Amino acid sequence: MNKADYKHVYVFIEQREGKIQPVALELLGKARDLADVLGEKVVAIFPGHNIKDQANDLIAYGADDVIVIDSPELEDYITEQYAQAVYQLVIAFRPSIVLFGATTIGRDLAPRLSARLETGLTADCTKLEISEDTKELMMTRPAFGGNLMATIMCTQHRPQMSTVRPGVMQKREKDASRKGTIIPFEPKFDKSKFAVKLLETVKADKGKIDITEAKILVSGGRGVGCKENFAKLEALAQQIGGEVSSSRAMVDAGVMPHDRQVGQTGKTVRPDLYLACGISGAIQHLAGMEESELIIAINKDKFAPIFQVADLGIVGDANKIVPMLTERLAKEMKR
Amino acid sequence: MKIVVCIKQVPDTTEIKINPVTGTLIRDGVPSIMNPDDKGGLELALELKDKYGAHVTVITMGPPQAELILREAYAMGADRAILLTSRAFGGADTLATSHTIAAALKNLEYDLIITGRQAIDGDTAQVGPQIAEHLGLPQVSYVAGFDVKDGKYIVKKETEDGYQMLEVSSPALMTVLASGYKARYMNVAGIVDAYDREIDIWGDDKVDLPAEKLGLKGSPTRVNKAFTKGIKAAGEVHEVDPEQAVNLIVSKLKEKFII
Repeated sequence: MNKADYKHVYVFIEQREGKIQPVALELLGKARDLADVLGEKVVAIFPGHNIKDQANDLIAYGADDVIVIDSPELEDYITEQYAQAVYQLVIAFRPSIVLFGATTIGRDLAPRLSARLETGLTADCTKLEISEDTKELMMTRPAFGGNLMATIMCTQHRPQMSTVRPGVMQKREKDASRKGTIIPFEPKFDKSKFAVKLLETVKADKGKIDITEAKILVSGGRGVGCKENFAKLEALAQQIGGEVSSSRAMVDAGVMPHDRQVGQTGKTVRPDLYLACGISGAIQHLAGMEESELIIAINKDKFAPIFQVADLGIVGDANKIVPMLTERLAKEMKR
Repeated sequence: MKIVVCIKQVPDTTEIKINPVTGTLIRDGVPSIMNPDDKGGLELALELKDKYGAHVTVITMGPPQAELILREAYAMGADRAILLTSRAFGGADTLATSHTIAAALKNLEYDLIITGRQAIDGDTAQVGPQIAEHLGLPQVSYVAGFDVKDGKYIVKKETEDGYQMLEVSSPALMTVLASGYKARYMNVAGIVDAYDREIDIWGDDKVDLPAEKLGLKGSPTRVNKAFTKGIKAAGEVHEVDPEQAVNLIVSKLKEKFII
């Protein structure tokens, strides 16, 4: 392998039911930074069916080229169909770097591809940089349940691949005046390998929200305790225009659904305000929220680790303070 | 039906703490456990044993002391246990690990291979799909439901906003979520029995791969450096009555233009 043959920063554009996922735009933003350092291009890998019309959006968010793989086989995500398409694209175009969202799709596809390509893959990166001297990709990720950070490199193989969790990178402002090239790509499918059939896709709850998109999160932990007390958090969140999230303890206890969980095994969030109520702040939880702009914590235990990351800490009972705060804010915000 | 479950011994990362003075990991006294998602996968296999009389083999790659989780698997109801261990496997990243395990699995007959979604020490979720690729098997990850119908597997895959139902031909590989399968307890007779049962010890002679695919040599990724995150400078902490607490929060929100 001659490394010089591999160029440019590629981003796997994840779409579901034809809708481009936010993480794809976040990755384009990061890819733009990396490509600018390298003096290379940002290339979007855009598989799906009847999706061509959206290619220009990817250019507006930072792509120089968009390779559209449009096929009825790619309408829904299925591992082998997507692996064949993207594998053939990688062989044909020889990217230096390929980034994927660390979603249930990206974390299914990327390892399959890394094994097919016999190259390295680094999961759930929180930081991507180009090394000054060798121009290699430096991929930093949490390990040991968020207790340790490791910077990983893949210097002898190409492409360098990584998955990045949603909400970690920031998308660029949309710039509709950006110019780029749209390139169609037609893979040859080996249908004899298709062994998985999608029977149905079920959305668990139409009213679901994505907590990584929320600007304000009112988050509850063991100290909040029960559903009735979570209703108080809900009232506060409504008053202040936010959403309710939760620590793992409350998800395991069945009080809150998994999609509201913040932390190492939940979601990474960086809202403008993170109000932690009755959350002690296990390292796994802190890993998912410490990048928040403003952190306010209410906890009965003055030694709780959450106070180490909080901008403002209140030692007290969240279940008492939250309703009072809601009431007060109702007055303040009326003015 | 023959099932092989791949399990891993991991440090219980919820028990790891950081020394606040030096900023280093305190690993002493941290217990080793069977990785939770793998245990969920074993539970799925044992449910299939209860329902269809499946034969369940567990295999782990690791140091000799990883034998402990194989004993635990016996006590839960596994039929055969294999410890895959050799110095040649040391330092492996996910790709080298998956090559090693896939090569070992080629010695076994299987209709279904089960792994956990991810291990709590690395959290990569990569080894399962990589094994599937090396063995040329279809995969489903994030599995929270599974049954057999007319010789096909009917699988429930959890997604961010719900789930999918998939039909998969056999043989196949599933990566299972602990939340989908609450593991049974070891039974008492099983615990006593588990210490008398044979464990097959397999070395690199059972892994038909060139040496450059194994261990550190076979690993395309390298850890360049590892560090603990610096502790962010703590803000102000106040022990006040609820009334004052509300005042403090409101003025902070105003100061930061949240309200």
